[in-house]
Amino acid sequence: MSRQQTSRLTIARGEASGPQAAQTFEVPYEPGQSVLDGLRWIRVHKDPSLAFRFACLNANACKECMMEIDGQVEYACLARLEPRDMQLAPLSNKALVRDLVTEIAPPAERLRGKGR
Amino acid sequence: MRAHLQLIDSQAQGRPMPNAAHEPLHLETDVLVIGAGGAGMYAAIESARGGASVLLADRALIGRGGATVMAMMTVAVALGQDGPDDPAFHFADTLAAGRGLCNAPLSQLLCEDGPACILEMDAWGVGWARNGSAIKAAFAPGHDRPRCVYVDFLNTGPAVSKTLRTALHKHKGVRRVGDLLIVDLVKSGDAVTGAVAIDMSTGAPVTIAAGVTIVATGGLTRLYRRNSASANMGGDGYALGLRAGARLIDMEFVQFFPIGHLAPRMIGLDPIMWDPFRYKLGGRLLNGRMEDFIGRYGTEETGRYITTRDQATYAITKEVEAGRGTPHGGAYLSFMHLSEAELKAAFGPVIDRIRDNGIDLTKMPVEVAPIAHYHMGGIAVDSDMQTGVSGLLAAGEAVGGANGANRLSGNAITEALVFGRRAGRTAAEMVRLGASATAFRTADAEAALSLATAQGTRGPNLAAQVAELQSLMWEQAGPFRTGEKLQKGLARLDALVASLPERPPGAPAAFDTERLDWFDLRNMTLVARTVIEAALLRTESRGAHQREDHPGLSDAWTCNQFITLSGAKPVTARGPLIDPPKLPAHEAAQ
Repeated sequence: MSRQQTSRLTIARGEASGPQAAQTFEVPYEPGQSVLDGLRWIRVHKDPSLAFRFACLNANACKECMMEIDGQVEYACLARLEPRDMQLAPLSNKALVRDLVTEIAPPAERLRGKGR
Repeated sequence: MRAHLQLIDSQAQGRPMPNAAHEPLHLETDVLVIGAGGAGMYAAIESARGGASVLLADRALIGRGGATVMAMMTVAVALGQDGPDDPAFHFADTLAAGRGLCNAPLSQLLCEDGPACILEMDAWGVGWARNGSAIKAAFAPGHDRPRCVYVDFLNTGPAVSKTLRTALHKHKGVRRVGDLLIVDLVKSGDAVTGAVAIDMSTGAPVTIAAGVTIVATGGLTRLYRRNSASANMGGDGYALGLRAGARLIDMEFVQFFPIGHLAPRMIGLDPIMWDPFRYKLGGRLLNGRMEDFIGRYGTEETGRYITTRDQATYAITKEVEAGRGTPHGGAYLSFMHLSEAELKAAFGPVIDRIRDNGIDLTKMPVEVAPIAHYHMGGIAVDSDMQTGVSGLLAAGEAVGGANGANRLSGNAITEALVFGRRAGRTAAEMVRLGASATAFRTADAEAALSLATAQGTRGPNLAAQVAELQSLMWEQAGPFRTGEKLQKGLARLDALVASLPERPPGAPAAFDTERLDWFDLRNMTLVARTVIEAALLRTESRGAHQREDHPGLSDAWTCNQFITLSGAKPVTARGPLIDPPKLPAHEAAQ
């Protein structure tokens, strides 16, 4: 029964320049939570080095938490955390920065501009 | 002098960057705007219209982070289109809500310049809701008449942000840069001449030379466990301003929004969404026994939404303390007296989003409770948004004083737009009078640069320390305070600060979240201290600052508290109220 109370998030981690590897975290499951809630829980309780973008908190206003969840592009704040194995990966069509963070800003709004 | 922004780095010249983490970039601009919410974007537009080159920097994406994009509905403005109104009436309501502490010239500026900004936003196509040809005005608590404009459905913030982003694009002189975290302002002599930042996408340090710097970083609600803000609102601007010699005002006045969503859990919706529901539909606030209770605390609601934020926060908290709360420790908000058709007519697709969360509003109430929402305090400025430190301006929620001890509903976005525009105008004028990036000296940036590139060991979990700070602020310096609680808060804060490493952990690297937490905690712990110390000194209850050991308003406290930095320590002192001007100077300037 206790396994049903846990979400297992397997997260693709690493920097653009370095090796990438998947790491699995067990997150206590609470009905109604978002995947973003689970990621924030991991940072506070397990691993503060986990990188993902977000500004607003589950309001889906900032649109920064876009990632691939079980292979689908989704906002982590809209995707439900579920008591099962879930696969999280950075957007595959954007340049990787670290872990789940990719370059999603328009090129003109990056420090190194369009040539990046 | 008005040269466009230069990017002086090896990559701009086509060479690779062998060690991006240690290669400082240097940027030059007439005006640096820190924060790309409503205030920052308007400031950038207005600076550019005045002929200045602008660097608009944000630690998140441009126009995405901050509070503006999260605004649900109301923007207070005396347009007088949807019924008679005048800025003088809006001003009077703002002063009354501020419980005697407003910086009246700022409040007046907010009310008098509001219509011009709102109409300009209308011309830019924001899409204010209409009543025929008139921009529709909704009624909100504390106003003497319907005065709040909005964009349907619950779309005010996103629409305002998108409109400003689009307007920004028309100005070639504005360079927009996201993922840029400002570490410190740089002072050359007595003047702010730029800033040192971290390029979050590489971890590399960045120096910015600027003739004028505008702090538009928003408020501090991230200091609290339950908050309705974005993750970026940890009070950065207050800390940057303090360390650069600016004064903070009214730091004890944190506004708690009374009916933040509590339960059942919802995703994809802002926790303050029930406010617009109350504007449009009234709704009933009930205790855990499903009884009306607001009337017991002095304000009788008869179907209309008239209870101000401080009154409602008080009533809900007291009801919970008396054992009459809901299962999760709040109050019920019920729309069960309404039909599906009535709900849909008012909020369209939002009703479906609520239903997707398993909530049928016609059949069940939701639970709500106070949530940290806005900060009345901030950087002290004059009506031109000047901080008193040469070269440094502030705008938006980063500014303190316009809303006194309690902000009137709807004044936050108006303040962002009006103060942003005013700051941009002042900055452009300063550039015309000779302010330029040439005053910046690299030597003056050394201390901040060495901090930005410092390498430390990985120690305690800093994300957990942020959570501890949020808990201590919620528990010891929340809506209801006592001397004892606040003292305990200071002790917990001291312990937390003592546990933090002296240097940022690790070495500069791309999106190193632990290093970012360290820089955030450096600011958040300083700002938290200003809130607790000011709250401890103010031995009365007024507006959003409620001292249970000092109930009631005291005439002796009809004054502001100002905070400056002495060494590393904030020092709080009383100062007299700023009087209303005889003739507003900004009218002459227009």
